[in-house]
Amino acid sequence: MDRAEKRITGKSAVKFLENNAITVLMMVSAIIVGLFRPNFFSQANFTNLAVNTAVRFIIALGVSGCLITKGTDLSAGRVVGLAACVAATLLQNPAYNDRFFPNLPSLNVFVVLIIVMLVCAVIGAVNGSVIAFFKVPPFIATLGMQTLVYGLCLVYTGAQPIGGLKSEYTAIANGKLFGIPVLFLIAFFSAIFMWILYNKTKHGKYMYAIGGNEHAAEVSGINTKKMKIRIYALAAVLYGLAGYLLAAKSGGASVNMGMGYELEAIAACTIGGVSTNGGVGRVSGILVGVLVFELLKILLQFVGVESSYTYVVQGIVIIVAVALDLRKYHIKK
Amino acid sequence: MSEYRLEMRGVTKTFPGVRALDQAELKLRPGTVHALMGENGAGKSTLMKCMFGIYKMDAGEIYLDGEKIVISDPLHALKRGIAMVHQELQPIPERSVAENIFLGRYPMRRILGIPFVDHKTMNERTTKLLHEVQLQIDPKEHLGNLSVSQMQSVEIAKAISADCKVLILDEPTSSLTSHETEALFRIIASLKEKGVSIVYISHKMDEILRISDEVTIMRDGKYIGTWDAKELTIDMIITKMVGRNLENLYPPHKNKPGDVVLEVEDFSSIQPHSFQNVSFKLRQGEILGVGGLVGAQRTELVEALFGMRAHKSGGIRLNGARLNINRPEDAIGKKIALLTEDRRKTGIFGVLSIADNIAVASLRKYIKWGFWLDRKKIDGLVSENMGKLSIKAPSGKTLIQTLSGGNQQKVIFSRWLANDPDVLILDEPTRGIDVGAKYEIYTIISNLAEQGKSIIMISSEMGELIGMSDRIMVMCAGRVTGILSRDEATQESIMTLATQFSQEG
Repeated sequence: MDRAEKRITGKSAVKFLENNAITVLMMVSAIIVGLFRPNFFSQANFTNLAVNTAVRFIIALGVSGCLITKGTDLSAGRVVGLAACVAATLLQNPAYNDRFFPNLPSLNVFVVLIIVMLVCAVIGAVNGSVIAFFKVPPFIATLGMQTLVYGLCLVYTGAQPIGGLKSEYTAIANGKLFGIPVLFLIAFFSAIFMWILYNKTKHGKYMYAIGGNEHAAEVSGINTKKMKIRIYALAAVLYGLAGYLLAAKSGGASVNMGMGYELEAIAACTIGGVSTNGGVGRVSGILVGVLVFELLKILLQFVGVESSYTYVVQGIVIIVAVALDLRKYHIKK
Repeated sequence: MSEYRLEMRGVTKTFPGVRALDQAELKLRPGTVHALMGENGAGKSTLMKCMFGIYKMDAGEIYLDGEKIVISDPLHALKRGIAMVHQELQPIPERSVAENIFLGRYPMRRILGIPFVDHKTMNERTTKLLHEVQLQIDPKEHLGNLSVSQMQSVEIAKAISADCKVLILDEPTSSLTSHETEALFRIIASLKEKGVSIVYISHKMDEILRISDEVTIMRDGKYIGTWDAKELTIDMIITKMVGRNLENLYPPHKNKPGDVVLEVEDFSSIQPHSFQNVSFKLRQGEILGVGGLVGAQRTELVEALFGMRAHKSGGIRLNGARLNINRPEDAIGKKIALLTEDRRKTGIFGVLSIADNIAVASLRKYIKWGFWLDRKKIDGLVSENMGKLSIKAPSGKTLIQTLSGGNQQKVIFSRWLANDPDVLILDEPTRGIDVGAKYEIYTIISNLAEQGKSIIMISSEMGELIGMSDRIMVMCAGRVTGILSRDEATQESIMTLATQFSQEG
C-alpha cells in the first residue's frame, strides 16, 4: 500500500510517520542513546542484539501464521520450553556425571533436532485439529495446550534442570561461521524459508485468503481445516527449532524456559504490522517487530532503567502499537 | 396537529456505488397499518433503517406529528416512539425474556444508596407486556428456548414497552406458520386500536390486502405512489412493483442451448423447511433463471449443489455421470462454479489484491517445481481477465475493497473463469451493482452462454430474469412451483408461481 506512493510529499511523510510510529521512535531513541553512550554502537552490542533477536524471531515467525489466519497460539512459549528440555536431555555430554539418560549413546545433533521438531509438530497438529474440527476458539485451544505442555514437561524432566550439554551442541548457538554467528544464520535462513512460503507458494496464498475471509476461502475450494492444521504444526516446528537453539545458547534447560515467550512473539508480530483482523502480515514486518522489541530492552538497559521498570515500558509499547494498528484499520473503514 | 403521524420526504441514501434511495417518501396516518411494498432491493428496508436511525440519510426530512425531527440513532428513535422489529431478530438468546425486553433501560432500585437492577418490577412489567402480545411464557425463560414466532412477539412487546407511536415490522411473517401469523394479526389489530401506526413490509400479497389500510409502493429506491388498500388488487400491485420499460436493458440472445449437461433429481435439504424434491435439467449454453421471493430457499438450493450445505437425498448428474459433492472442492473439481449471493461475506478477500482474489481458486494450475507459484503465469491470467472483463483499477495489486461493487463482481467472475467451469451458478449476480455496471455483467453472462457454458442464475429482479433467461424455474417455500419457457415468462406468471402457497394458504 505504502509503495504505491513513491514521491515523498509532506502528506506522505506524515502518513509514513503515522504508520511506522513505533519503529521511527525506536530508531530515534537508538541514535540519541548512541550519541551519549558511545559503546552502544559497538560490534559486541550488535552481535548481542542479533543473537538475542534470532530465537525470538523464529518464534514470532511461527506464531505469525496463526495470527494471519485470525487465530493465535498461546502454547508457543511452553512448546519452546519442552523442546529445550527434550533437546537437552538427548544431547548431554557422555562424560557428564548427572546424565538424564545415563545409558544413552551419544546422538547426532541433527538427529535430535529432527526428533524435537517432530515432537513439536505433533503438538501443533493437535492444536490445529482441535481448532479446525471442534471449532474451539484458538485462544482457548492453545491456552489449554499451554498448560498441558507445561505439565508434560514437568512429568518428563521431573522438574530437574538439565545441564552438561555436549560441546557440538552448544557450539551451534555460540559458534560462528565465516565470522557470522550461527544463530544469526539459522534465523536468516528461517526467514528466507518463511518468506518463500508466504509469498511464493499455494500454502501462503491460502493462508492469507483464510485470514482475509474464511467463508470466501471455503467457497473458493480451499480446505481450511487442512490448512489450519498445517499452519499450527509448522508454527510448533519453529518453536521446536527455537527451543533447541535456546537450550544450546543457555548451556542447559529447565521447565521454565520459554515461559511467556508467546506474548512477546505476538506483540512483536503486531508491532510489525501483522493485523489482528487477519489476512495481513509480512516476514519483513515481523523482523522489524522483533528488532524493535529487543532494541527497546537493550536501550532501557543502556539508559540504566531498572529491570522492573522495563516491563512497564514494554507493556506500554505493546498497547500503543496495537492501538495504532487498529486505528489505521478504522480510518480505512 | 398534522394529518399524518409520521412523514418522510425526499429521502436519499447512497452506498458506495449504489443509490439505494432516491427521493423516497412515506406518509403514515395514526392508527393505521401501512404496507410498504416493492421488489427485493427496491429500498424498503433501507428506508425503514433511515427512519429508525440505523442509517443516516444523505438528504431528506422526517416529520413526527408535524414537527421536523432528526433521528441520529436507534436509541433516539425509540425515545421518539419509533420502534422496529427487524428482519433478522437480534436478541441475546442466553438472557431471560425480561432482560431482553428491558435491555439498556432496566428498572433500578437503590439499596443503601447503591443502584441494583429491580428484577421484581422488571418481571412484573414483562408479564403484563407478554399478556398484551398474547404470549403465555415465564418472563425468566431464556430467550433462546423460544420459537421464532415467540421471539418475534417478544420483540413486539419490547416495542410496546417503549410506548411506541410508530412500529415497523420488516417481513414479520417470513418464518411464521399460518397459525402464528393469525396470532400476529390479532396483536397488530389491538395495537391499531390504541392508535399505533404500523409500517408493514411483506412480500405476501394476500396478507397485505387483508390487514393494511394503505399501501406505498417503491421501485429502484424511488417512491411510486400511495394507494388505499381497498382500491388495489394483487395484479395491480405486481404491475406497479415491477412495471418498467425493459427494452434494451439486456444484451440480445445469441446462445443456443444444446444437450442436457446437468440433471438434478429429487434433491432435498436435511432441513425440513428448506428446499425439497427439487428436480430440473440444465442444457449446454443455456441460462436457467431461478425466480422466487425471499424465503423461497433458492440460495440454499444452489449452495447445496455446490457442497456448501448438506443435502439429505437426491442426486446430481453431470454429463450423465453421478456426482458426489460434499464440499466446494468437489464441485470445483467437477468444473462447477458458484458466485455467491453475499459478495462481502463469502466472495471477496477485502484485504487482498485483485490478483490474489482472481488466482485463489485456481492456484494449483500455476505451480512449478512442485511448490513455486509461477508469478508470470498468474500475472498473465490477471491482466488477461482485467482486460477481458474491463475491470477498472490502477493495477492488479490494487486492494479489491477499494473497487466498486460492479468491479468486485467482475473480479469474482474472473476467479471462476480461471477454472474454466462448465456450469456456472450465479446467485444474484447484479445485487448491489449500479445500473451501468449491470449491463456489463449481463454481457459477460450472455457471452459465457454463447461460448457454451451452462448457467444457473438466481435473481430477485423480475426484469433481469425475463430479460436474460432461456427458461425460468420458479420456487416458493423450498419447492419448484413451475418452470417457464421464454414465451410463458411474464412478471405476472412468475409472481403467481412465486406466491403460489401464500395465495392458497
